[in-house]
Amino acid sequence: MTERTIRLEVFRYRPEQDDEPVWQSYDVPCREEWVVLDALNHVKDHLDGTLSYRWSCHMAVCGSCGMRVNGDPMLACKAFLRDLPDRIRVEPLDHFPVERDLIVNQDRFLDSLSAAKIWLIPRKPAPEGEEYRQSPGELAAFRQYSMCINCLLCYSACPQVGLNSGYLGPAALALAHRYNEDSRDGGRLRRNETTASNEGVWECTFVGECSEVCPKHVDPAGAIQQMKLASSIDWLARPFRRKDPPS
Amino acid sequence: MRAVNADVVIVGAGGAGLRAAIAVAESAPSLEVALVSKVYPMRSHTVAAEGGAAGVIKEGDTLEDHFRDTVSGGDWLCDQDAVDLFVEDAPRALLELEHWGCPWSREADGRVAVRSFGGMKNKRTWYAADKSGFHILHTLFQTSQQYPSIRRFDEYFALDLLHDGKRCLGVTALQMRRGERVAFIAPAVIIATGGTGQVFPFTTNGAIKTGDGMAIAYRAGVALKDMEFVQYHPTGLPGTGILITEGARGEGGILVNRDGYRYLQDYNLGPPDPWPRRKAMELGPRDRLSQAFWHEQRQGRTIDSPAGQVVHLDIRHLGEDRINERLPFVRELARAYVGVDPVRDLIPVRPVVHYTMGGIDTDIDAATSLQGLYAAGECACVSINGANRLGSNSLTELLVFGARAGRNAAQTARQASTPDESIWRDQADASFQRVDRLLASNGGETIAGLRDEMHEITEGCAGIYREEGPLTDACRNVAALRKRYADLAIADKSATFNTQLVQALELGAMLEIAQVMLHSALARRESRGAHQRLDHPDRDDERYLRHSLAVRQGEKAPRIDYRPVTITRWQPGERVYGGVEK
Repeated sequence: MTERTIRLEVFRYRPEQDDEPVWQSYDVPCREEWVVLDALNHVKDHLDGTLSYRWSCHMAVCGSCGMRVNGDPMLACKAFLRDLPDRIRVEPLDHFPVERDLIVNQDRFLDSLSAAKIWLIPRKPAPEGEEYRQSPGELAAFRQYSMCINCLLCYSACPQVGLNSGYLGPAALALAHRYNEDSRDGGRLRRNETTASNEGVWECTFVGECSEVCPKHVDPAGAIQQMKLASSIDWLARPFRRKDPPS
Repeated sequence: MRAVNADVVIVGAGGAGLRAAIAVAESAPSLEVALVSKVYPMRSHTVAAEGGAAGVIKEGDTLEDHFRDTVSGGDWLCDQDAVDLFVEDAPRALLELEHWGCPWSREADGRVAVRSFGGMKNKRTWYAADKSGFHILHTLFQTSQQYPSIRRFDEYFALDLLHDGKRCLGVTALQMRRGERVAFIAPAVIIATGGTGQVFPFTTNGAIKTGDGMAIAYRAGVALKDMEFVQYHPTGLPGTGILITEGARGEGGILVNRDGYRYLQDYNLGPPDPWPRRKAMELGPRDRLSQAFWHEQRQGRTIDSPAGQVVHLDIRHLGEDRINERLPFVRELARAYVGVDPVRDLIPVRPVVHYTMGGIDTDIDAATSLQGLYAAGECACVSINGANRLGSNSLTELLVFGARAGRNAAQTARQASTPDESIWRDQADASFQRVDRLLASNGGETIAGLRDEMHEITEGCAGIYREEGPLTDACRNVAALRKRYADLAIADKSATFNTQLVQALELGAMLEIAQVMLHSALARRESRGAHQRLDHPDRDDERYLRHSLAVRQGEKAPRIDYRPVTITRWQPGERVYGGVEK
């Protein structure tokens, strides 16, 4: 196996010593099957123990290692070196405050989850001692949106997230849609209080980058368009409804 | 130092920790829960579980069958009272998750679907395609958000228990974002930090699985039970160790050697029926399958791959539609990480360290020997898994015993008052001084260097087969590593997200855990389940139908004590798989 050496140019920011971010380069001997995360781990283990980044599962499901690789938001554990040139620029996700090096502050996303009530709000009480019946078709209606691993690549890709710090963002909205579309759920109107507000779906200008970068094909852009439609219908239906259905 | 008062502190926010938090919030809404985790909850390693969670729900299946599968699967080292409680509570625990929105795969009539799993006599494994752990974790995390009494402390690294020798008083932690030292003070603490696969070099476990919680309990004088039992999952991808779920075999996948031969028939697992016969061949228990690989490799019947010897997992006959429906993640992982498409190609696999059967010694109430301290999930050893866990029992275990730990901790917290600062202050100071010393170290040893040496020892001497001589050497060598750990070099002196400091703390925990595993393995001179001794090839119920208990002796090697296994109604017998089992 031929060994290849790549140059990693890594965004460094250590608030205690750097007034502003700097680029630091590392020459990394790497193997054919490596991903960017393996190269970062090589740096951490053998070249510079002070480099900080998040990672855990190395199998594209925990969502820890989102970062920009040559400008594109990617999971470092699924960014194969064989698909990349010999010079690789690694930066933290865009649109989040950088805490240090490749680590960003994700509070905004976590706050969005609770603001948008990302949990099941039952349509009716759970049946005693058995499951809610849900057909495979009903499952398929929301399953795609339940695949979000919260890696936040979509927040990095979305221009609106950068422009409006209050915007709930693609992942949170896709997850709201996931519950709205679940046959067991009756919480859509309650979620609309935030998801159909100024900080919700109407902020989206349908650039569609979120769906482009999603490593799990969740299609947040599609979810948001469907939510816009549903919320318009709700609005039109409003004068005719006697009262809100129970939630 | 900042002190945070709570009623219940939970360390770890994966499946067990989240389930415990919800149990506290539901059973006692007025109690404050501090949920402390070194990662955001959805990064926890429960996320990587694929195949499913076992619980009797279908007609024709019985609790007795689940009990018997589990006890014989564990080679009779399970405590039978705990297994009874577990199998009885399992269906309710899984239904509860369904009621919270978990997207379980369904039958045409809208009922939850179940699949076959290794060592299980009947189909009883609930699944959400092949991302069951991911969906369980996210369902729990999302559900937990609606309880105002659960206060999360994400990215806080737990350090030491505070206790007075009899009662637990809280836990110290390092806030990673700013390096702040925090003492969480509460009369009840639950440890739910998961397993410790990173003690080995080749593992399905994520980087965060470093046994911190086990080490925290161990350092506080609580015994670690049955730590010699480490599960090798038979089907990991070579190189990365990425898990290929047992669900692939549950759906009908087969294992073949270099001759295309279903070799498991040579290891008392046959006959090789063309259909998946439960408790036979590819649906045998994990210990047996991994041991069979070891023998095939010794006899030169495995296949060379750039990342070591492999056998082939063949799921092509399931067809593209079924693979996409039931095993989409397997397909995604195989294509990305080994460049094969399981629809058309064979998947190269080899055994990989997957699960720690042992853990913090608890009773069936999830309580430890330290009053107010509970543990649940993989970090705990109840024990329902005995000498070999059956696939799909652990996701259920973290729900059943996570909830149990939460309810019992709430009960304890209701009856107790907040511990006074005068009792814990010195201990907290000592805990933070330990971190300060580590941060100041400028020695000659590197984290990666010591970790690699530890890996050589564990893989070389505590793998699928073990023996006296190498284990004795390994015990000596790991003791030397612990000494050298005091001479570590920490280049990063920052207070902000100092991941090198965290790595150093994790390494300290792993060295202790490795030492416990090796000494427990050396002392068990028999072969049982996942613990196979070349020099003691038979099970020895006379001497070893007992749990090992490793008790910390300061800087020295642990003392290994034993406690009888609880046998309520099924006396030890022979483990039988393959066509003999009806």
